[in-house]
Amino acid sequence: MAATPLRTPARAPNAALAAFLTRYDGLRERLPGPHEPRDAAAEVLREMGWPTPKEEPWHYTNLRPVEAQVFHEAVAETGDGTRLIAHLPAVAGPRLIFVDGRFRGDLSALPPDVTTSTFAEGGASSGFDLLARPKRDRLVALNTMLAEDGAIIDVAEGIDGGFLLLGQLTSGQHRRVASHPRHRLRLRRGASLVLLEVSAGEGEYLHNPVIEIDLAEGAHLTHVRLQQESAEAFHLSTVYVDTAARATYDSFSLSLGAQLGRSEIHARLGGAQAAVHLNAAQIMGGTQLSDFTTVITHDAPNCASRQTVKSVLIGRARAVFQGRIEVARVAQKTDGYQMNQALLLSPDAEINSKPELEIYADDVKCSHGATVGALDPEQLFYLRSRGIAAAEARMILVRAFLTDAFEAVTHEGVRAVLEHAVETWWNTTGRAAEALAS
Amino acid sequence: MLEIRGLTATIDDKTILNGIDLTIPPGEIHAVMGPNGAGKSTLSYVLSGREGYEVTAGSVTFYGQDLLAMEPEERAAAGLFLAFQYPVELPGVGNANFLRTALNAIHRRRGEPELDAVQFLKLARGEVKKLAMSEDMLKRNVNVGFSGGEKKRNEVLQMAVLKPKLAILDETDSGLDIDALRIVADGVNAQRGPGFSSLIITHYQRLLDYIVPDRVHVLAEGRILRSGGPELAHELEARGYAGLVGESAEAA
Repeated sequence: MAATPLRTPARAPNAALAAFLTRYDGLRERLPGPHEPRDAAAEVLREMGWPTPKEEPWHYTNLRPVEAQVFHEAVAETGDGTRLIAHLPAVAGPRLIFVDGRFRGDLSALPPDVTTSTFAEGGASSGFDLLARPKRDRLVALNTMLAEDGAIIDVAEGIDGGFLLLGQLTSGQHRRVASHPRHRLRLRRGASLVLLEVSAGEGEYLHNPVIEIDLAEGAHLTHVRLQQESAEAFHLSTVYVDTAARATYDSFSLSLGAQLGRSEIHARLGGAQAAVHLNAAQIMGGTQLSDFTTVITHDAPNCASRQTVKSVLIGRARAVFQGRIEVARVAQKTDGYQMNQALLLSPDAEINSKPELEIYADDVKCSHGATVGALDPEQLFYLRSRGIAAAEARMILVRAFLTDAFEAVTHEGVRAVLEHAVETWWNTTGRAAEALAS
Repeated sequence: MLEIRGLTATIDDKTILNGIDLTIPPGEIHAVMGPNGAGKSTLSYVLSGREGYEVTAGSVTFYGQDLLAMEPEERAAAGLFLAFQYPVELPGVGNANFLRTALNAIHRRRGEPELDAVQFLKLARGEVKKLAMSEDMLKRNVNVGFSGGEKKRNEVLQMAVLKPKLAILDETDSGLDIDALRIVADGVNAQRGPGFSSLIITHYQRLLDYIVPDRVHVLAEGRILRSGGPELAHELEARGYAGLVGESAEAA
């Protein structure tokens, strides 16, 4: 008897996307900048929908929980900004604050040595697909279609722009909302900047930012990303980076929040001796899902890329790391390194790791590795035998596990912010999850 | 005062300790010697609360408290210290930070004031100097890249900083050259006094030339077969464990 072929149940219609497309039709005339790229993005979405697990880059991250929701247009009440701002880390210095994807001058403090403007006020009219690929990356298409505002940051030639906080706050506490900020950063020749990008908010929402970063010759950007969205939030962010010769893109992404989060970074080494560091830590509990997906394209000789990605998972949390490195034929003497390490603190936690190397040059050095483990009982006993309580001993070992990823963040103030965020996570989510597990 | 009465312990249903009786009064240093597989390390682990051992009979009291009912960290706060035979490496954990965290955890549990970084460093530097260690060892990660001798000295450093009432030294002499042995012995002797006692587990008599014990016990087949003064160690060195274990078997 012939076996009945297995049939996957038909996917329910994408309610979220249908609502976004309808919203675009209504908003189209009011959105800043030219219509063409937005119309094209809408067309892509209409034709292809958004990604499903049948597509390889989305194999481990199913957007179904997002699809089932309808997200409303965010209309923040004036009081929300001041309350939401409490979710940002206590760090001094200039700041650009966005609430529900719109610039809030009243909450911002402009940097002295950096030129800033907004996407709404002129940024959009200069065209907004500098590096983004909305045809390929359909959440970026969603952003292109609906982006209202964002930061336009420009550091002039040879200038050290110092430190800048980019705060993105979303107010989902009244009703389910979505925001699609569109940021653009340009560091001219020899310029430098330390950017701390924070995503936070309240209630249920979708935060879908896109950041395009253009680094000219010898420029140096330190980009530290702290994702501490609300527990009910969806975070889907995409960063595009292009580096010219001798430029350095030094990034660290710490993900702690959101029920479902994906950070995608596409970095292209476009000039000789450029360097890209895409380090990350994902610390998750409960039923959270966190996905860190990177594509590094070596398009010039003598470039280096480095990645250390650490995941700490407890409860039934799941983390994904997909790291793709493409080395073009021209990119001789490429030096690529990728390490993925996961610490599973409970039997139900899960890590999905997918390194991908695609190498067309013949004189390259590329290595990658992955480890998965639990806390070492010998180490734990050693600490406890010295008087350190079990929970504190575990925190010490978790912190030690994260050390070499954090070491890449050399800016002391920023590093303190990250360490504090991890500490806070442990004292709330981590300890609670441990209590349930024991 | 440590009092062990009829202590029987198993690991994976295999009996390792088979009715140990041992009392260590305050101020005394006792040595436990015995052949490989006698249960020496198991005794030290059961006393310090390592997981994986099941106590099936007997009791252990430590200054009147039921030691076996306590978590490892509670035992440390009560004044028990184990110098590990194989100290564990802790990559990513700085030695000074680790020691201060431990010391303050113990102080907190005892309701004593905690030490700030400056107070602690002053204390730690003093002890480092006494042990002829380089100060650099405080900055390094715990035991990472330490030589065998450095690891053992680091154990003695922890003991000196945490100031236990009872220190168990589990084959602290193994892998030490004669100079390191002397330094380690000096470290233990410096703690000697009415409030400090020690249980020295060793395979060889050599360490006992430097730390002269008040009592020596022979542990074999999970039991104390003989006890005596320091001279017993020399007798063992001369006759070996085999003769002694055989003799006891005949007597039984």
